[in-house]
Amino acid sequence: MSAVPDSISRADIPYSARTGASSVSQLGAMPPYALELKDLRKSFGKTEIIRGASLAVSAGERIAVIGPNGAGKSTLFNLISGRFAPTSGEVLLNGHRIDGKRPFEINRLGLSRSFQITNIFPKLSVFENLRCGVLWSLGYRYTFLKFLAGLHDANERAEQLLDMIKLHRKRDVLAINLTYAEQRALEIGITIAGGANVILLDEPTAGMSKSETRRFIDLIKEVTVGKTLLTVEHDMGVVFGLADKIAVVVYGEVIAFDRPEAVRANARVQEAYLGSHVADAQVGAR
Amino acid sequence: MSSIPRQIDQSSSRTTGAAPPGARYYEFRPLNVGRWVIWSIFAIVLLGAPMVFTSSLAHTMLSQMGIAIIVCLSYNMLLGQGGMLSFGHAVYSGLGAFLAIHTLNLVSRGSLPLPVSLVPIVGGLAGMLFAVAFGWVTTKKAATPFAMITLGIGELVWAMSLMFPEFFGGEGGVSGNRVTGPAPLGITFGPQIQLYYLIAVYTFICTALMFAFTRTPLGRMLNAVRDNPERVEFVGYDTQKVRYLSFVIAAFFAGISGGLAALNFEIVTSEVVSGPRSGAYLLFTFLGGATFFFGPILGAILMVLAFVLLSELTKAWLLYLGLVFTFMVMYAPGGIASLIMMNLRVAAFGRFRQLWVSYLALAVTALIVLLGAAAMIEMVYHLKLNAALGPELHFLGVTLDAQGLNSWFGSVFVMLTGLGLFEVTRRHFVRQWGEIQEFIEKETKRRESL
Amino acid sequence: MEFFTISLLNGISYGLLLFMLSSGLTLIFSMMGVLNFAHASFYMLGAYFAFTTAQVVNYWAALLVAPMLVALLGAAFEKYSLRRVHKFGHVPELLITFGLSFIILEMVQLIWGTSAADYRVPATLDGPLFTVYGTQFPIYRGFMMLVAMLMLISLWLVLTRTRIGLVIQAALTHPETVEALGHNVPRVFMLVFGGGAALAGLAGVIGGAAFVTEPGMAGALGPVIFVVVVVGGMGSLAGAFVASLLIGVIQTFAVGTDSSLLGAAATIGWHITPQTFGYALWKLKISQVAPILPYLFLVLMLIFRPKGLLGTREG
Repeated sequence: MSAVPDSISRADIPYSARTGASSVSQLGAMPPYALELKDLRKSFGKTEIIRGASLAVSAGERIAVIGPNGAGKSTLFNLISGRFAPTSGEVLLNGHRIDGKRPFEINRLGLSRSFQITNIFPKLSVFENLRCGVLWSLGYRYTFLKFLAGLHDANERAEQLLDMIKLHRKRDVLAINLTYAEQRALEIGITIAGGANVILLDEPTAGMSKSETRRFIDLIKEVTVGKTLLTVEHDMGVVFGLADKIAVVVYGEVIAFDRPEAVRANARVQEAYLGSHVADAQVGAR
Repeated sequence: MSSIPRQIDQSSSRTTGAAPPGARYYEFRPLNVGRWVIWSIFAIVLLGAPMVFTSSLAHTMLSQMGIAIIVCLSYNMLLGQGGMLSFGHAVYSGLGAFLAIHTLNLVSRGSLPLPVSLVPIVGGLAGMLFAVAFGWVTTKKAATPFAMITLGIGELVWAMSLMFPEFFGGEGGVSGNRVTGPAPLGITFGPQIQLYYLIAVYTFICTALMFAFTRTPLGRMLNAVRDNPERVEFVGYDTQKVRYLSFVIAAFFAGISGGLAALNFEIVTSEVVSGPRSGAYLLFTFLGGATFFFGPILGAILMVLAFVLLSELTKAWLLYLGLVFTFMVMYAPGGIASLIMMNLRVAAFGRFRQLWVSYLALAVTALIVLLGAAAMIEMVYHLKLNAALGPELHFLGVTLDAQGLNSWFGSVFVMLTGLGLFEVTRRHFVRQWGEIQEFIEKETKRRESL
Repeated sequence: MEFFTISLLNGISYGLLLFMLSSGLTLIFSMMGVLNFAHASFYMLGAYFAFTTAQVVNYWAALLVAPMLVALLGAAFEKYSLRRVHKFGHVPELLITFGLSFIILEMVQLIWGTSAADYRVPATLDGPLFTVYGTQFPIYRGFMMLVAMLMLISLWLVLTRTRIGLVIQAALTHPETVEALGHNVPRVFMLVFGGGAALAGLAGVIGGAAFVTEPGMAGALGPVIFVVVVVGGMGSLAGAFVASLLIGVIQTFAVGTDSSLLGAAATIGWHITPQTFGYALWKLKISQVAPILPYLFLVLMLIFRPKGLLGTREG
């Protein structure tokens, strides 16, 4: 179906000046894309929800995924992160295929995600929540022969994360007792805890007030420096402030993938949001 | 754990966080006196109990309590720590018991030079091996299907125990003799008191090991799996593997408990793998409290008290047990341990003095209700089971006529009056409790913002 | 040939009984997410209530009265106990039904005693329905199958053709939405729970006379029903149907088969003696193995097809 839109050619892909390290696969030639979707399809029963989505994200880019309700944005995230297996098509992480793999396999390869509905460990304290997020990445696996208190690197890292998400005052509070915004912050904290280089955030600011959202976006910017970021967002102010590029998903397809100004002017996007006759008028006005 | 502040250097290479490079983190960890005190008290109680309760019945019960503590703690690894409700835990303690008694017989025959004190470890290894075999299939699913699978495997093993009398001993079970093998330092384990101290040592070590487990990565990830199995997959852990490994470890301790039981009773019958036994583990672990580590210890003690003492006191003990359990599930799902901790918290905030009068009133009125209900239950049981003895029975020093209208009216009257009074005190108590909880929440928030 | 036909018919009637029980269980599970551990206890209660009613009035009254009594009890339990525990999660729900099964067992033993009750097939239904190959097929078994089929057809009609059935179907997957539309969902839950209990009770009225009525009947049949539900696929009525028939037929055949691997080996001239390794396994007769067949089935299903025969949900 639709491949990478015409407005992008490979030579144009910039490495954003903001990034420090790029995510480079250790296993061979440097792949151009941190995350790539190739004609991804997903059907639930007879209904095809994702109908040939393709996307190519370079390392260090910040992508906002937008689209009308029911377009399939969350489903796309679920397919990428391994919650569902695609019906057909490929998902590539740093050049390696990850479609059909279990979530923990994908996570170990360097992709992490947050959830639209807060998905934390309610009966553990904030600190414990974060520590659970770092254990595997530090190589501790299923050991029962070491004490958590003695794992200095894990404890340090958890403390750093605690400071990063600004919850150090709530270190020993049970996660279930936090406020909604604090829980969202913890959610982000767990997501970045393992040091993954490709981060998927599903509507991170859902349910927040304007000021909370502004602060939260600053937090996201801070904690995802140098990482490849994809967020599903509805708040256009956030989208234009945060993203390098915008991917527009409509009816299970990526109909546009470009810099924010170009997407704004894209006729197909306008049609999807505003309806065809308004779009025609807009085109004339620009 | 030292009492000196520790400096930790930030390892800047690993992170791209916001903290400036070279920042130092201080950890202040004072010597955890409380923990040493509690474990010392535990050890002293284990050592000193038979000297306080000196009758031979007491020694038997103490031995059984030690065995029960190990198995209930191992059960709680699954229930409280892992959120896995198992209806077939007796399989692992029971198979451990069978293998232990066969080993004991091998020792008696001279084929195996193993000291009797190490026989329970054989039981533990047996439990572990069977868990390695059954556990993978069992932990493939979670929650309700998991419970059903454990029920199915429990029934499977229990039914098989009657099909293979060579291993399971048929109706009469398998007997053994623990006074056998080398007797180092003259300890033969013949007298109950010697066996008790062996059990006490095992109980202390197993409890300590299981507590240590809760402080390891696997233990913590097990908690995470309980809280949110999906999220666990998204931080890099295979949920099934976490459950499976924990299942095997829990079965190891269950097997040790079975091995100790084999030594204690010197006979193992197919009852040890039965459904009712698995049910008993579940019931009493829950009753003691699955949400705190020490809850199952309370549950284990209650289990022995109920099976040995309560069953002698009244024929209706199983009914009482079922009723207590059901009420616990409805009103105190955290068990007795949670009730204790909630009240300790109230005391820590200095508001306990208000409550104890209400508690007294509640206890008295509940007792009245209980007296009325118990009188009726006892009368019914008497009519059914002791009919040959005539309609009169003694209930707490009062002679009741099970067929007489007077006794029945009296019991109903007592019960209803008690219920009415109980309801009044209960409402007052709920108001008080609510007010105190609000106070505690406000206090907590206030302290947090300091 | 005669063994085959009779066993098949008996197996089908037993399987239909299993389905009467597992269908109620599946409905309650699908709607409320709680696996009713006390379902087999409702079966037992139905049998005992029928026994007493049959003594006082007659069997036909029992057929009406007993399921209603069980339904009332089930609805009352749902309203006063289960509902209270709902907010604690699925584990406490399962635990409270476990507690209920415990209490019911004790009460039954208290009221009716610990030995089997003499609950018999009524005279009008006693006797052979037809004779096939020299063996009689009892009327009662045929009656059982008839009642089971009638009950299931009416259940299907209620669910698919009536308004309340529509509400139930919707509440099966989206209880909050249905409540937002103005239906009294808690009352629907109570109805479904009571209805499931009634089904179990009816099964008890019928099964108690055909098989034995004793306090141990709940414990004997309970695990089998749960196996049926898991093997058929949690939440799938069709799966439960297939699994019930399968297990019913296989177990009936097994109970009547006295051959063992020893015998099979002998036919090919292979003599197994007590000294042979694994003699205990060789000499096992299939009829001895019959009680554990459902559980073996469960384990095999879990290894090779964890979501069950026709399962769609994760439970």
